[in-house]
Amino acid sequence: MNLVHEPGLSFDTVALVCRVIEACRDAAVSQEAYLCDLDRAIGDGDHGTNMRRGLEALAAERQLLSAMPLSDAMIAAGTILVMNIGGAAGPLYGTLLLETGKGLSAGQIPFPQAFLQAVGAVAQRGRSSPGDKTLLDVLVPLSEALVKQTDMRCLAEEIQGFADMTIDMKAVRGRASFLGERSIGHMDPGAASCALFATTVCHELMETARS
Amino acid sequence: MSDRRENVGIVIVSHSPLVAKGAADMVRQMVGDSVPLAWCGGNPAGGLGTDMEAILRAIEDAWSEAGVAIFVDLGGAETNSEMAIEMIGKGRAARIVVCNAPIVEGAVIAAAEASGGASLAKVVATAQELSPS
Repeated sequence: MNLVHEPGLSFDTVALVCRVIEACRDAAVSQEAYLCDLDRAIGDGDHGTNMRRGLEALAAERQLLSAMPLSDAMIAAGTILVMNIGGAAGPLYGTLLLETGKGLSAGQIPFPQAFLQAVGAVAQRGRSSPGDKTLLDVLVPLSEALVKQTDMRCLAEEIQGFADMTIDMKAVRGRASFLGERSIGHMDPGAASCALFATTVCHELMETARS
Repeated sequence: MSDRRENVGIVIVSHSPLVAKGAADMVRQMVGDSVPLAWCGGNPAGGLGTDMEAILRAIEDAWSEAGVAIFVDLGGAETNSEMAIEMIGKGRAARIVVCNAPIVEGAVIAAAEASGGASLAKVVATAQELSPS
């Protein structure tokens, strides 16, 4: 399906944005302990809690967000995430949404291109590249798949695989990099949460396309 | 000693409010109150971590037309500080620097330099001499 990038959304899109936010909030709540466990292995153990706090703050504003043009909604959502996630993930997720929103509003570029640019901004913010065992290991292949207009169903099935690839990687950024070689063998929590939310969004979009 | 508000401001951002406050106490005791100084620590829920909104407030509190030097501990403190600098607007963003220096020693030596009326560039350079490049 084609993501709307026009101001003035239809009623259906309003409902869709609400459902996507709720589904991500539910995913964050149900996977909080899992994400904390992953983070405890190679970081400070609060990633699940931070993401849950961020997504709950986002969900509290879902009515307001869903009534906005998508570009403005992404910018507002990014700001909410930065303010509420805290930790290193806040600026990264915040930058992803903020920059996607800016791309949609400034350049009239389609969603996949705006997302691709935003992923570049996240890389800059974290001074990381793919292969560094971060959420970029999910975001980069995801954005490339969106640009290639990969079938949503195939993509939804592939995403977790991107996060799984981080298990064998050695961390060179973030707290996990203090562990060096010992970071190998653990999935990166940022990549795991990113895969979780991306898969959740894909499922909501497919659900909508079906109905 | 030059007027306090004309001197470069110092902001301390730690994951721990105790570390941030402790570092700020050391600056006040060793350098005095001739530089604008603010600190923040902890995440939005009050646990260990960093909070961009609190960093923005600290920058406002320590604001000086001469600029502000920020001292951070771990990764999230740095990225959240950079995010706060972006949010504060282009006019002032150019006069705010996140220093690559140890948080306690960096803040103290930077404040000492700033208390003598040094420029932002000089304050930052002095603090960054502490870190092997």
